[in-house]
Parts: sequence; C-alpha cells; structure tokens
Amino acid sequence: MNFELTEERQMLQDTLRRYLREKYDTATRNKIIASDAGYSAEIWSELAELGVIGALFTEEQGGFGGKGFDITTVFEELGRAGVVEPFLDTGVLAGGLIADLGTDDQKAHVEEIIAGSLQLAFAHGEPTSRYDLNRVQTTAKTDGDDIVLNGHKAVVVNAEAADMLVVSARESGEPGDDAGISLFLVPADTKGVTVQGYGLLAGGRAAEVMLDDVKVPASARLGDAGKALPAIEARVAKAAVAQVAETLGAMETATRLTRDYLGTRKQFGRPIGSFQALAHRMSDLQIEMEQARSSVINAAGHLESDRAIRESHVSAAKNLLGRAGRLVAEESIQMHGGIAMTQEYELAHIAKRIVMADHRFGDTDHHLERFIALSAA
Amino acid sequence: MDLSYSDEEKAFREEVRTFLKEKLPKELSDKVRGGDELGKADIERWHAILNEQGWLAPNWPKKFGGAEWNAVQRHIFEEEAAAHHAPRIVPFGLSMLAPVLQKFGSKEQQDYWLPRILSGEDWWCQGYSEPGAGSDLASLKTTAVRDGDHYIVNGQKTWTTLGQHANMIFCLVRTDKDVKQQEGISFLLIDMNTPGIEVRPIILLDGSAEVNEVFFNDVKVPAENLVGEENKGWTYAKYLLTHERTNIAGVGFSQAGLTAVKRIAKAEMAGGKPLIQNPHFAARLAQVEIDLQAMSTTNLRIISKAAAGTAPGVESSMLKVKGTIIRQEINDLARRAAGAYAMPFASEAIEGSNAGLPDPLAAGPVAAQYFNNRKLSIFGGSNEIQRGIIAKVTMGG
Ligand SMILES: Cc1cc2nc3c(=O)[nH]c(=O)nc-3n(C[C@H](O)[C@H](O)[C@H](O)COP(=O)(O)OP(=O)(O)OC[C@H]3O[C@@H](n4cnc5c(N)ncnc54)[C@H](O)[C@@H]3O)c2cc1C
Ligand SMILES: Cc1cc2nc3c(=O)[nH]c(=O)nc-3n(C[C@H](O)[C@H](O)[C@H](O)COP(=O)(O)OP(=O)(O)OC[C@H]3O[C@@H](n4cnc5c(N)ncnc54)[C@H](O)[C@@H]3O)c2cc1C
Repeated sequence: MNFELTEERQMLQDTLRRYLREKYDTATRNKIIASDAGYSAEIWSELAELGVIGALFTEEQGGFGGKGFDITTVFEELGRAGVVEPFLDTGVLAGGLIADLGTDDQKAHVEEIIAGSLQLAFAHGEPTSRYDLNRVQTTAKTDGDDIVLNGHKAVVVNAEAADMLVVSARESGEPGDDAGISLFLVPADTKGVTVQGYGLLAGGRAAEVMLDDVKVPASARLGDAGKALPAIEARVAKAAVAQVAETLGAMETATRLTRDYLGTRKQFGRPIGSFQALAHRMSDLQIEMEQARSSVINAAGHLESDRAIRESHVSAAKNLLGRAGRLVAEESIQMHGGIAMTQEYELAHIAKRIVMADHRFGDTDHHLERFIALSAA
Repeated sequence: MDLSYSDEEKAFREEVRTFLKEKLPKELSDKVRGGDELGKADIERWHAILNEQGWLAPNWPKKFGGAEWNAVQRHIFEEEAAAHHAPRIVPFGLSMLAPVLQKFGSKEQQDYWLPRILSGEDWWCQGYSEPGAGSDLASLKTTAVRDGDHYIVNGQKTWTTLGQHANMIFCLVRTDKDVKQQEGISFLLIDMNTPGIEVRPIILLDGSAEVNEVFFNDVKVPAENLVGEENKGWTYAKYLLTHERTNIAGVGFSQAGLTAVKRIAKAEMAGGKPLIQNPHFAARLAQVEIDLQAMSTTNLRIISKAAAGTAPGVESSMLKVKGTIIRQEINDLARRAAGAYAMPFASEAIEGSNAGLPDPLAAGPVAAQYFNNRKLSIFGGSNEIQRGIIAKVTMGG
C-alpha cells in the first residue's frame, strides 16, 4: 500500500494549484460565469498548455495519464478553485469516448482536444431518462449510406461551445434496453441540430439539443452499432470519479474557509469558533472530509477493475460525496452566517458547485439504490 | 382535546378561500408558484388588495385599523394564503415596526405613521444588523449624536432586506457609549431620502437582489423621530423581535412546498416510472410529511396558548428551529426531485428567452430556492442563538 502521489502527479498538482491560485480568484470567476460564453478561452488554453487535458488521456491515446489517479489529481485542483471551464465534458466524456471507440480518422481529433483547440459535448441524457444510462429514446435510422437522428437531449453541458457533439441514439429496442444504443460524432453545425442554451446555477452553460432529421454518414458512428452502452457506462464512471474528485477539492476549500472564519469572526467578544456549538460541527466536517477523501481514492483506484467492482465503488463514492458534500456545503454556510449568502464571497460559488454536482451522473439516492443492486448481483 | 376547527373557524376559512379565489390576481400567484422574484409594484398591489378588504394588518388592534384576528384565524389565513400562492406580506412596517409604535410610540407618531403603513405610502425596512453586529446585535456601532432638535447619524447597516424599495428605515443606533452595551441604544425612524444615506445592493448566491448595505454619513434626523425614550431602544428592539411569532414556523410555506415537491415528483420519470413511485424517494417525502403534520399541530398548540393570553416564550424558538429545518428539507427534496433539470440557472431559464424549456414543471427555480432558503436558519436570530435560548430557559442556565 502506498497513498502518496507519484512524482509526476505531485508536479501536476503543484503546477495547477499555483496557476489557479494566481489566475482564478472569485472576482475573475464571477466575471467568467456572467460572460456570454460562460467560460474563458484564455484560461482554457493556458490550462491545456499546462497539461490538464493531456493528463486525462493515456499514452496510447496521445496523452500522458488517463488513469484514475491522473483524473482525480486534475479534478481535485479544478474543484478546489471552483473552475467552471468544461474540462469534464470535452476531456473526460466526449473526448474520452472518441479515444476509446474511434476509428483512426476519428481519433485524429484527440490531438486537437489535448491541445485545447476543440470543444465537445456529450449529448446523452433526455427529459425522461433521469439518471438511467440505458433510457435512450432518441432514434437512429439507417437511410442508404446515411443515418438519420431524431430526438431531444436534455441539459447538455457545453453544447453551445462544442464544435462537435457525441450523440447517443437507439438503433433498435426500447428505452430501458441495454442493447441497441449507438454513438455518433455530429458536427455542431449539422442541419437539424438546434441548441437552446442557458446558464447553470453553479456556473458554466448547458442546452437542450433538438435533433430533427439530422443526417450524418454511417462513418460518423463511434464504435459498433447498437453496442455502445458498456463504453458509455465505463466513460461515465470516469466522469463520475472526476466529479467526486472535483467535489472533494471544493469541499476542501469550503472547510478551509469555514475554519479560518471561525477563528477570525468575533461575536460576543470572542471568536465564534470558541462556541462549542460550532467547534463540534467543524470537527464533524473534518471527519467527513477524511471519509470523502478515502471514498474518492477507492473509486479512482478501482476504475480499471472489472465492471461490478468498478461500478460498485463509483456508486459508493457518488453516494458518500453526495451526503458529505451536502453536509459540508450547508454547515459551512450556516456557520458563516449571512456573509456566506453573498455572491461575492468565495464560499457561495463553492457551495453551489458541491451541491449541484449531485445532479449529474446520478444523485445520492440513485447511487444508493445502484450500490444495493450491484451488491445483490 | 378536540382537533377539529369550530364552526366559526371553518366559516372563516371559507371566507378566506373565497376572497383569495376572487381577489388574488393570477399574475401574482403565477409568479409566486413559479418562484419568480416579486417586484415592488407586485407587492404593493397585493398589499392594497388586502388593505381594501381590511386584512392587511391581521395582528393590529381594531382601533389602529387592524383586523385583530386571534392566533387561530391568523394561522388559517397563512395556511390558505400559502396554498393559493399569495405573495407574502412584507413584515417590516406591518408586523415589526407597527407593534412597537402601538406600544411605545407617541400619539403623534401613531397618528402619523400607522395609516401610512396601511396605505402603502411608506415602505419600511429594518436597520438592525451591522457588519460587526450580527448575532451579537447589542454590539452595534452606528451612532446618533443629539445636535439641537436633530440627531446626526453615522455608521453602516447591512443585510437590509428590500431596502432598495424602502423610503423609511427603523434603526437601532448608539446614543451612549459609556454604559453597558444594551443601555446605550435608541430606536430611530429615518427617512431614506435624507442626504448622506447611500444604499448599495448585495447580490445573494442565487442571483437575487433582496438585501442591501445602507451607509449613513452625517445624516440629519429630526429628534421627533426617536421612538420612546433615548437609550431604551434595546427594550423596544427585543419587543419587536419577540412580538411577531405566529408565522415563525412557516407551516403554510412548508405545506405549499410539499405540494410542489409532489407535483414535480409526479412529472419526473425515474426508471421509466414517475419518481413519486420510487420507494426511496417516497420514503424521504413521507418522513418530511410526517414531521410537518406534527409541526402543524405543535404550531397550533402553541399559538392557541398565546391566544388564551399566554405569550409564547421559548416555544417560539423551538418553532423557529424545527420549522426552518423542515422548510429546508422540503427545498432539498424539490431540488433532488428535479434531477438534471435543477441545474439551469432559474432566472434565465424561467424569465429569459428559454421560457419554452421542455419541462418547466421540473425545471423551476428549485435549486435557487434551496440556496436562498439557507437564510432561514441564519436570520431572525440564528438557529444556534435559538438553541442557546432554549437551553438557557429549559436548563435554567
Ligand atoms: C437574507 C438575509 C436577510 C436579512 N435581513 C435582515 C434585515 O432586513 N435587517 C437586519 O437588521 N438584519 C437582516 N439580516 C441579518 C441577520 O439577522 C444576521 O445575518 C443574523 O443575525 C446573523 O448574523 P451574522 O450574519 O453576522 O452571523 P454571525 O453572528 O457572525 O454568526 C456566524 C455563525 O456563528 C454562530 N454564532 C454566533 N454567536 C453564537 C453563539 N453565541 N453560540 C453559538 N453560535 C453562535 C451563528 O449562529 C452563525 O452560525 C438578514 C440576513 C440574511 C442572510
Ligand atoms: C434580525 C435579527 C433578529 C433577531 N431575532 C432574535 C430572536 O428572534 N430572538 C432573540 O432572542 N434574539 C434575536 N436577535 C438578537 C440577538 O440574537 C441577540 O443579540 C441575542 O439574543 C443575544 O443578545 P444579548 O445577549 O446581548 O442580550 P441581553 O438582553 O443582554 O441578554 C443577556 C445576555 O447576557 C448574557 N449573560 C447574562 N448573564 C450572564 C452571565 N452570568 N454569564 C454570561 N453571560 C451572561 C447572556 O449571554 C444573555 O444572552 C435578533 C437579532 C437580529 C439582528
């Protein structure tokens, strides 16, 4: 057993932490969130240069990482600084699927992704799918050499900025069937693609993506026809691990801010941290932080394991981080008092990141049920 | 013991329902139901409708133009108003300042200010908290120095709810620095249009602009705007804080919130079935509903005691703590129920060009409300302060 980061990962962590501390303060971030694009192209390309995206891909894929702990190293730092740029969507989800499943032609995009010159989105969830990966209703019909896509993809993060969408669609079967789902690489400007965008509460942007008789050549298919679900599940597992690491980083920031504030804010002539009512709760948060860190390590360390083990750890981490995250966010706000309610104070954004993470890739309840089902299997 | 409402109380509930059905404008209830921020004009419109009915000041004695409802009537009204998505009554003038003026104000102050509260001529805000004086309110530093027939006020108030709409602010100010903190505070009424006052908005974490900072720089206030005696303000301030207690549990808001959660959970699909049929979600929902049922009865027990002439004491702290926990849990359930559709930024998704979102029912501003209502356990005496009060009273510490 060894719980230290490798030297390379340690270096990446240091570099990222230093860069973000200098370049990504609350005022800057709030400006980025309020901007039309919802992300900063400058931050994006500078972070790409520092290796943030390259660390998400394996050497065979053209990167220099790609393992669970590479992903968690990157995302913990992004989370610590409350970064809203869509690295998860471009780098882990859509980009990862291209690297996992693509033909040589399709894989050629990975280089551009790592260089930071391509934006992507994974258009998978639908209005009635909630958190089930197999509940795909969008259809893909073969029409000669073409494929015609029809459907509605919900809350597609980064869809407006994306040059290309990775779209899931059903070639056979019913919503809820595991078989029959395929993936397609669809340029965002393809006729019939409508992107209806909006800002997200925790920063960044998403969109409803409507597909009306979207025609793509059969060569746009990523991987085998009808067999995409296992690949989607494995990728979403990586995204979920990235996300719990991000949440862990954000929780670190929340507890740090709260600890500092309890030491400096005075009421009734004493630091509020000297009130046992708060001191004990701060202690509980520290305890939960250790649990959360272990849970993220468990999930990251089992990302390359067999499906049952991998998914069980993913669900465990999503459930635990969902619970611990909510506790940390709510208690941090409460123990700060009114100041935590203000947009210009760092904790406000950090708390939103933590809580809203529960709305992607399955929430606390979803993963509790899934953990039970996986354990019973 | 009789858990049923009396015939008069039932008739009263019918009267309230009829009134709400006939007089509550649909534009307003739609906004409340959708979680939109209400503008000044919206609130003034609702206040005016209630005033015409004579129901704007349910807690005021009849001699001042109030409805003089008993606690059970007020409870019924609050329940029905929340169920019909009526805007909430802005409390600062009506249920905070007015009781103080009625008990401690001069006849001239009562005759001048009270009718203006009812008519809506004045919009009041509450100038208690300061950057350094939150829970420890008595440590406030804003000063008022007597200068002939005026006071000169200097300092800063903060968290002033809806101060951007207000033309008047009631303030706690320090008039004597050389005595025990609580003994040097006075209660002053200040015209917000006086030179030297500046109001700056504070944007909250859900994007809403409901609170402000208010700065006072050599602000001249007529001495006749002092309420009661100089340096007795702390007594009046505490009277104000303990006076309006019947709605502290927010039972009506919780009931309306629970209805909204059920609406969302029926529309939202999980595993191909409505979420409300998911046993895990249903269990969470049931638990809150059970808590709320009991809370509703606790609330009624306590306010009926108050109606019989006993002032609610430590019980109101209990209602505040449990009531806010339940409300916040309901907000959490609503956000959870909406799934991925909780993610869109509410004001943009609802009011902006995206009104045509696929499932507006689920895409409501539930997450924004969840964050905004973190305030419930912070303001009005934080839940920690309330627990301190409960402990002090029940353990005699
Ligand atoms: C949305 C909003 C609207 C508001 N509107 C108004 C308004 O209109 N007018 C107005 O005057 N004020 C208003 N307030 C202010 C509100 O009353 C204060 O926020 C509240 O009194 C807490 O003060 P604080 O924020 O300074 O927190 P602090 O007092 O600094 O408290 C920080 C933390 O320490 C805890 N704490 C403090 N003392 C103790 C203790 N002795 N034991 C244990 N724990 C303790 C608190 O509970 C809290 O968790 C509003 C606040 C908010 C958030
Ligand atoms: C918007 C707003 C809303 C508020 N709402 C409420 C509310 O709902 N309920 C409420 O009670 N307060 C409320 N407060 C006021 C705030 O919580 C008070 O500051 C708090 O109640 C404690 O004030 P105090 O101790 O200075 O009061 P005091 O009236 O001075 O009470 C005496 C205090 O002195 C201290 N004390 C007395 N004897 C001893 C001793 N022997 N040893 C140690 N300490 C002693 C105790 O701490 C006790 O609290 C509110 C404040 C704001 C800004």
